[in-house]
Amino acid sequence: MTTLLLIEQVLNGLQFGVMLFLMAAGLTLIFGVMGLINLAHGSLYMIGAFAAAAVAGWTGNFFLALVASLIAAAIIGALIELTVIRRLYDRDHLEQVLATFALILIFSEATRWVFGSFPLFLNIPDVLNGTVTLPGGIQYSLYRLTIILIGLAVAAGLFLLISKTRVGMRIRAGENDREMIAALGVDISVLYTMVFALGAALAGLSGALVGAIQSVEVGMGEPVLILAFVVIVIGGIGSIKGALAGAILVGLTDTLGRTMLPVIFGTFMEPSAATTVGSALASMLIYILMAGVLLYKPTGLFGST
Amino acid sequence: MMRERHINMIILALLVLVPTYAHFAEEPFTITLATRAVIFALAGVGLNLALGQGGLVSFGHAAYFGMGGYAMGILASHAQNYEPIMEVPFLIEGTNSMPVIWLVAIVMSALLALLIGALSLRTTGVYFIMVTLAFGQMFYYFTISWPAYGGEDGLSIYVRNQFPGMNTLDPIQFFSICFVLLCAVLFLVNRLNKSPFGLALNGAHQNEERALTVGINVYRVRLVAFVISGAITGLAGALFADLNRFVSPTMFSWQISGEIMIFIILGGVARLFGPVAGAALYIMLEHFLGGLSEYWFIYLGAILLFVVLFAKGGIIGKLSRKEISHDG
Amino acid sequence: MTDSILTVSDIHKSFGALKASDGISLDLKPGEIHALIGPNGAGKSTLIKQIAGGLKPDSGTVWFNGKDVTGVSTAERARLGLGRTFQISALAMDYTVLENVVLGAVGQSGSAFSFFKPAMKDAALLKRARAALERVGLRKREETITSELSHGQRRQLEVAVALTLSPKAFLMDEPMAGMGGEGSKALTGFLQELKKEAPILLVEHDMDAVFALADRISVLVYGKIIATGNVDEVRSNPDVRVAYLGEEDAA
Ligand SMILES: Nc1ncnc2c1ncn2[C@@H]1O[C@H](COP(=O)(O)OP(=O)(O)O)[C@@H](O)[C@H]1O
Ligand SMILES: [Mg+2]
Repeated sequence: MTTLLLIEQVLNGLQFGVMLFLMAAGLTLIFGVMGLINLAHGSLYMIGAFAAAAVAGWTGNFFLALVASLIAAAIIGALIELTVIRRLYDRDHLEQVLATFALILIFSEATRWVFGSFPLFLNIPDVLNGTVTLPGGIQYSLYRLTIILIGLAVAAGLFLLISKTRVGMRIRAGENDREMIAALGVDISVLYTMVFALGAALAGLSGALVGAIQSVEVGMGEPVLILAFVVIVIGGIGSIKGALAGAILVGLTDTLGRTMLPVIFGTFMEPSAATTVGSALASMLIYILMAGVLLYKPTGLFGST
Repeated sequence: MMRERHINMIILALLVLVPTYAHFAEEPFTITLATRAVIFALAGVGLNLALGQGGLVSFGHAAYFGMGGYAMGILASHAQNYEPIMEVPFLIEGTNSMPVIWLVAIVMSALLALLIGALSLRTTGVYFIMVTLAFGQMFYYFTISWPAYGGEDGLSIYVRNQFPGMNTLDPIQFFSICFVLLCAVLFLVNRLNKSPFGLALNGAHQNEERALTVGINVYRVRLVAFVISGAITGLAGALFADLNRFVSPTMFSWQISGEIMIFIILGGVARLFGPVAGAALYIMLEHFLGGLSEYWFIYLGAILLFVVLFAKGGIIGKLSRKEISHDG
Repeated sequence: MTDSILTVSDIHKSFGALKASDGISLDLKPGEIHALIGPNGAGKSTLIKQIAGGLKPDSGTVWFNGKDVTGVSTAERARLGLGRTFQISALAMDYTVLENVVLGAVGQSGSAFSFFKPAMKDAALLKRARAALERVGLRKREETITSELSHGQRRQLEVAVALTLSPKAFLMDEPMAGMGGEGSKALTGFLQELKKEAPILLVEHDMDAVFALADRISVLVYGKIIATGNVDEVRSNPDVRVAYLGEEDAA
């Protein structure tokens, strides 16, 4: 395998990781602040993708589509927070899981009802089409590079938001002490709705960005949701830093595993068997990584013990 | 306490009467529906041991359901093609004998549950949910990418497996086999719940620290419960595969894990018959709502949401007007 | 020292910058009640947790019954004969009173892995469980659901559960907390009797009870033991008066 191909795969892994980060960041924030496990986060990812595809279809403008994905996911996020989610904060995890699972059923079927069962397509806008030449003469997809940059920008923004702003202070206080923050006179329920909508918007954005590479279809969110869970287990729950590290680790492991394992097995097996065994193993690699982390540190790499 | 027992008996009676009536009315489809309900109930009884008694919210029981299914699929497909599964170091052949298939399904899913449980039980709370969900998904992807047994397309078995002295192709006879297995498992699980083991398992669910400070090895109790739970769900998977004469990676999907959980919540968590009532209700909803609308999952979602938010204790809880099952 | 059942030596435990245990050493001898007192937040519960096994010390050792148990799990320590009651009742709240004590008996008999015989029909388990209930005076309430018990009754049940283990030593974290005057008086008498069976390391806020009961008292302040001795010695210790009893008087 050539170095160039390897570097391209590393970039693909980064792109995948960054996209997982957008999902995992919202999940981990919502868990950290409100103590809620939200399975419907994958639905918000799907809603973002569908909103983007629909708006791109009407207007032909990709950037309007991205804005639409953020707004639609944030609004639906806020709506479910107000109607359902806030009843779940002091319920046990089983009830949170089941109620948000019910939301998945409702959102998936409603989307199928509105948009039909066939996948929609969201095209990469012309300005982002094609490749760029990176230092060292590597040709790489401009669009994927843009995703990486957007993801890193969002990560930086979240770190700033949480460590530097007043809202961030409230978020951190909310993590530690609900009564305290209530005593400070901050309306905790408004804060919760905001945090939830923020997480939803990130999921929606992620869905829209990926929607242009893959197809936009019902059920697209849950596999990503489960990968985001793997990210959180690896990184440690409630920690944005852990989400970023875990996401990149998972993105790289998965992408590189899929290209390299068949090659590695090919050095001592016949080619067809190597492809079979290599790709079967590659599909399990990140879960094996997760198992390793569980053995080594059950609370995750950045989780508190 | 009596009321709940009466409700349980009524549920069992209905489960027998409906297919019996269908048999004489020559409505084999209804018998198949009842068989599905019984098999789903079995899967739910398995999960309920971990989830209801033990408080271990596993969102990955599809792994055992699928493992049971593939145990059946692999054994039966080798038997139908007259190919041994392996010849070295010793010969293992396929089989189409149900009891052998059940045994293999139970053992394989128990081993899988041992492995997954040993890792997952190092965590608690939401971590446990996420980890079990992820491990379940791992097998989904593995079966898709492993081509030997059909990969994504799954495996068809052309003739239903055999049970000595029965014609398993006759719907009512296959139903009876499944029903008897369900009753046997219910009996055993009921004994288990009342045994010192069950007392320790549920005690640790209610207060882990208490169980530890009376000298109970909580991790091991939970692991054993998890293994038994996985084995029962695995048996259900083998039966489900036999009912459809088909296995595919879908049996490993997270939706299956979610559905098994729905049976429990609809019927009532930690109630012996909760999953039985829940699975029966689920099949009825699927049948009637599914007949009304292509999009019946919307209604299912709404019902589930309602039950979680407003009707703790499930239908048995509503009927017996008790939220907590005590010594059911 | 050799005749101590429980010996804690030089235990350190920090939570961040806070030194909750700062070089604590103490021991428990057969037949005694050794009271551990100190202001709120002194680190009493933290010490109890390290002795019982829920919390791992940063350094130092715990010896129990001639064995170094520092690295031993909570469950194993309980099986070795360390009985414990909690500051905040730790009971299976949906179980009946009897089920809670049977749970203790299950742990004691190591029968958590018997799968078939109903626990609540097992004569040996029931006998042990009822004997424990009898001793704390809860025999008549055995069918009551635990969450319906009064606060004081829960404390009694805690003691009963610990009794089912036939422990070689008791760790009791504020067993009188929240009990009425009558209740604590009865419990005081009961502990007097109990210590003949197995010594008690007693964390208690109720000073009357401590002075009436304790054979020895250790005073813990900011993670350090500032004095150990009998009631009179501790009462007259000037450090204690300043650090602790002074506060109590003022309060
Ligand atoms: N798990 C913990 N993490 C951080 N600080 C703790 C923890 N447990 C106890 N502390 C702190 O250690 C100190 C001692 O607490 P504790 O042992 O409960 O005191 P006491 O029982 O004497 O009132 C307190 O300041 C308490 O806040
Ligand atoms: Mg205390």
